[in-house]
Amino acid sequence: MARDGDIHRHLYLQDILTNVTEVTERSKVSEFCCNIVGCCQVFDTLEGYEHHYNTLHRNMCSFCKRSFPSGHLLDTHILEWHDSLFQIMAEKQNMYQCLVEGCAEKFKSSKDRKDHLVKVHLYPSDFRFDKPKKAKSSTKHSKPPSKLDASVPMDVNVETYEQSQVDSMEICPSESVANPTQPVSGPISSLQEKKLYKSRIPSTICFGQGASRGFKSMKKKV
Amino acid sequence: MWSRRSCRYRPDASGLEELRARRREQESALRKARRQQQLVSKRLLREDSLVNGDGQAGVEIAAEPLSEQEVLQLLRNIQMGTEERKKLLSRLRQGLQHKETQQKFVRLEGSMQVLIGLFTSSLANIQIEAARCLHELSHSSDPAVAEACLPATSYLLTYLSGHSVEFTELCLYTLGNLAVESDAVRKRLLPQGIIPTLASCIQSPHVAVLEGLGYILSQLLQAREAATKIIPLVLDSVLPQHMLRLVSSNLELGMGVAVEFSWCLHYIVCSHVNNALLISQGIVSTLVLLLLELASMISKAATEGLELLICPVLRCLSNLLAEDETDGCKVQIQDERLLVALFLFMQYFLQQHPFIVQECLWLLNNLTADEPIFCSAVLTLDLLPALLQLLPCSRMVTLLALTVLCNIAEKGPAYCHQLHQKAVLPSLLSTLALSDAQVVGQSLELLHLLFLHLPEVGLSSGFQFLCIVQRLGNHGGKLTATT
Repeated sequence: MARDGDIHRHLYLQDILTNVTEVTERSKVSEFCCNIVGCCQVFDTLEGYEHHYNTLHRNMCSFCKRSFPSGHLLDTHILEWHDSLFQIMAEKQNMYQCLVEGCAEKFKSSKDRKDHLVKVHLYPSDFRFDKPKKAKSSTKHSKPPSKLDASVPMDVNVETYEQSQVDSMEICPSESVANPTQPVSGPISSLQEKKLYKSRIPSTICFGQGASRGFKSMKKKV
Repeated sequence: MWSRRSCRYRPDASGLEELRARRREQESALRKARRQQQLVSKRLLREDSLVNGDGQAGVEIAAEPLSEQEVLQLLRNIQMGTEERKKLLSRLRQGLQHKETQQKFVRLEGSMQVLIGLFTSSLANIQIEAARCLHELSHSSDPAVAEACLPATSYLLTYLSGHSVEFTELCLYTLGNLAVESDAVRKRLLPQGIIPTLASCIQSPHVAVLEGLGYILSQLLQAREAATKIIPLVLDSVLPQHMLRLVSSNLELGMGVAVEFSWCLHYIVCSHVNNALLISQGIVSTLVLLLLELASMISKAATEGLELLICPVLRCLSNLLAEDETDGCKVQIQDERLLVALFLFMQYFLQQHPFIVQECLWLLNNLTADEPIFCSAVLTLDLLPALLQLLPCSRMVTLLALTVLCNIAEKGPAYCHQLHQKAVLPSLLSTLALSDAQVVGQSLELLHLLFLHLPEVGLSSGFQFLCIVQRLGNHGGKLTATT
């Protein structure tokens, strides 16, 4: 009965394309720079800045400079990677907590947890916010130029703070987002060539005398 | 979302032609919806580009679909990072507005992985643009395209605990579109912890996030398996109490939010999984007070879209009243102002949204069926004329109005006396003349009750009605028995 009400609701849901006369919610302000020391990203919308801040600075590990999408994942990371007491306790009891909200399971090791995530929660096996701790934490990783290494993820965790700054300079083809586990179908060779002359620019180099280290072309034309 | 909607109704320079086009679009959508068994409702967040080349605010120039080669090239360029990646992604996103491009994209080997990689990058602007691409894919009418987005769900859920309003909103609507799509998607979302994630997310103070959350929840609650797999989880969480809070709080800002959660409540209530729990959390008083507030808003100023909120609330109350007594939680409404509110709604929406009249009458029926208090209130508040005025309306409305009158008449002679005094009989004459068998049947029922409790009336006007018998054919038997 009264199916008309459901149809009305359905039409309402469908009918939400923003239209021409809409006042855009995104207010533009004059360009400003990120406040965080050392970060030179420039923005001209508050939303753009908000998202940048939340992605890179908000949940950043002060030990290793990795960024996480949420406070929960950051806390888990600090506990498992930087807390020696955790390591000691982990030898005696299950300390590795499941990452899924609402699941209270704990595990003996990172690997056991990953298995649980994959089997029970149907997570991808290369879920990037569940990297096992490296034996030596190293922020440099050299890539074998011969082929795209399938195990190298596009990883928020692996990048350092400085690395992302390099990316934002867009001086060279960045490694941060460009590595799929498989190349897009097509000849691989052109991609390989590109990788050979990729280089990381040390963070101490500044281009131009007293030039700011931001990539200015973020400016939108008005 | 809601503020975007209300903007639609502002007239603008190119108004008339656009209005006509939109009306045609709506009518065709309406016809299509009527034919469908199940309404699949996806939502699209798509912003017009803020500026075009010469600095004027304008519509995004509708981009052409991309060929397979173009998609491949775009992806390669993005991987190599030779040009500004954001622009490339933007171009891809525009192409992905077209179904053909979507299909080509998902068929390319490795394309989804590239996209997910971009979606999970640490560069905020790249991430947002990739998210928009995913969103376009989620909205596709081709199920294969939407299902190709499955590998992204764990990340979409992870990002719901983030703090960026726009990005979270985008993730919510993307997930919502995917959830509507198929059992397969939901079979993945549930073990990935979508309900607990939403339960945390509902504590966000941001209207846009809340509205998106309401949307996805409303879609999950409509799933075929909702009653067994989803609603129990929802009821077990903190979601119901937050829904009740959000449905009634701050209507000025949160109308869109209230709409979404009221539909959520409706889907839960009509599944009858555990309404006793909701009743114990105060759903009845919350919804009654909400209706009273909405009624007062109507008399103040026209509020666009109020019917979207009122409809599910009315249904919730109707269903709760109709519940069998469980655990001693018999629903009892005592507030007579509710009646006034209902009649106000009926009067206000009669022309534009007649389905509201039906919903109101249904609730009125459930209110008057058992409780004499509401039957007397209809009479003492002088609402009977308004009720009688509804009799000549559509078939459904007439039927429901007659049922309400029967509920009143059934309560005894005093009530029938009042009905008779307020000229019910003449109205009955006209309904008896209608051709619909059910309407006539219900009219006879009412007549029977009146004559039963007021025999003197039966005697005096019986002859009039006997004449009608001649015309009624097979219903005549019943009437004859009555008189």
